Amino acid sequence: MATFFGEVLSVYSRAVEEDEDELDDENEEDEQIHREIEEKREVHIEWYPEVRLQCSELIIAVGPNATVFLSAYVLAESWDAVGHVSLWNEKSRCTSRQTSAPLPGEPACRFYRHRDNPSVLMCQSTCYIAEDQLFQWTDKLFGYLPNRGLNVMVLSDSPVAEYKTPGYLYGSAVPFLRSLKSSAFKNEALCPALEQPNIITGLPAAVLSHCQVHQIPAVLYQCYTDVIGPDTVTMETYRPAITSLSKLFKLELCPSTDVLRKFAKVSEAQSNLYT
Amino acid sequence: MFVSVECSPPSFKDFTFIMPAVSVGNVGQLAVDLVVSTLNMCRVGYLHTDCLIPMAGNNPYTTTAENDNGLNTSAEVFSSMDLKLAVLQIRSPIIQTKSKKFRQLLVSWIKTSGFSKTVVLSSSHAYQRDDQQLLGTSLRYMQTPSMQKETGDCLKEMNWKEMETISAFPGVSDSVQRVYMPGGGITKGLFTASCAMDIPLAVVLIFCSEGDNIPDAICLLNHMNTWLHLVDTPNQTQPKWRIPASWRLLFGSGLPPALF
Repeated sequence: MATFFGEVLSVYSRAVEEDEDELDDENEEDEQIHREIEEKREVHIEWYPEVRLQCSELIIAVGPNATVFLSAYVLAESWDAVGHVSLWNEKSRCTSRQTSAPLPGEPACRFYRHRDNPSVLMCQSTCYIAEDQLFQWTDKLFGYLPNRGLNVMVLSDSPVAEYKTPGYLYGSAVPFLRSLKSSAFKNEALCPALEQPNIITGLPAAVLSHCQVHQIPAVLYQCYTDVIGPDTVTMETYRPAITSLSKLFKLELCPSTDVLRKFAKVSEAQSNLYT
Repeated sequence: MFVSVECSPPSFKDFTFIMPAVSVGNVGQLAVDLVVSTLNMCRVGYLHTDCLIPMAGNNPYTTTAENDNGLNTSAEVFSSMDLKLAVLQIRSPIIQTKSKKFRQLLVSWIKTSGFSKTVVLSSSHAYQRDDQQLLGTSLRYMQTPSMQKETGDCLKEMNWKEMETISAFPGVSDSVQRVYMPGGGITKGLFTASCAMDIPLAVVLIFCSEGDNIPDAICLLNHMNTWLHLVDTPNQTQPKWRIPASWRLLFGSGLPPALF
């Protein structure tokens, strides 16, 4: 595109990339490379041996605050690790997919099952799942679970900058919770519904879309927060979700400040160059 | 790929099918939103595929508090039995490496569904027009040979302008002519595949640039309406399209009052 001053600038479209034609001119070598890349980016779920899955309740936590909320209020000695997701993408630290269990503190997707109520399966997801891996992740997980009699709950963090509202959100209104449910979910959600024109993306969107299409009752509680890392105030926002969780198993309703601090790293401001 | 909302899948035999291409300015998708919203179409199924980036939200066509809730996904099919019309809406980008696969799935689904005709609403970069295209209307059409048999000279008689082909080797006379649609996404691929598979398909597109593309969508839709007559236009007035709820705040949230 020529500008007023005669310079030629590239014009970017938010909808399409340039040169969509080139993909049709592939030779065998190109196809082989694409196949290898696809195999490298495959998503695998590694279940630990001797685990027989019988799941009627699936809880998925996506993001630092959602996962830490579950760790502080829910996960304790009565949960067994039963599996993890192994995948590779451009944001992984390793150069290829790792099958071994992730180390504590590493970004990962881990599965836990309640010892006293083995029909409850929980997933904590802190790793980056690329756009082209989201569908596969969801499809593979639900492939292991029964289609009927399954209920799904998703807890997810989102930056408040992505929330659209006609007015202006003052500081005290944040963080807050919004819900989205599949048509098969007949109960009342525990917070207001996500208003148009807001949408969800990423893993929560992939899970909820799958549940909508396959008529599985599912509810998402999305927490909009202005803090990047785990934060006790943001974690507290998920409390309404506790009411429904407490029907499934025993909860730690008031974790001590020490417990919360242990899970929520206080992020310190970068040291000033001049002090 | 198509998953029906009801237990038994709907029959689309002899229906007219309208779909958008994800193209510059998202004009096709905006136009489809207006069709679904204005004609109060019901969702009859989903295109559940790994070729689109997942997204979800509440009912984008909500008009009352009652129909406010109901999850909508990245690709859904709506239909109107009275108008024998089926419409596909695509709400998220196609994953680049899966563009060819998505085209093939779509073409195959269109073929098996038995639509009497398919209309693809699309757009192309305005800045790539040649000297001739800069003059006159910015609306164009293309149709497959099967579609030509259906419509005959109907579109030419309405003074519609056919999309120009360009020379494969510019500057070389008598070189092969090819279809060139920059910014059109999968439109060209869909068109070529439909020609090969004898699918009656027409592309209706507009030259535009990124920006506030609502006027482009309305212009494209009014143009298509002169052919398909989806909405009545008494006394040669322009049709009234209903803007859906999801078009609110297209350019962001409200501003902090303290800013001023």
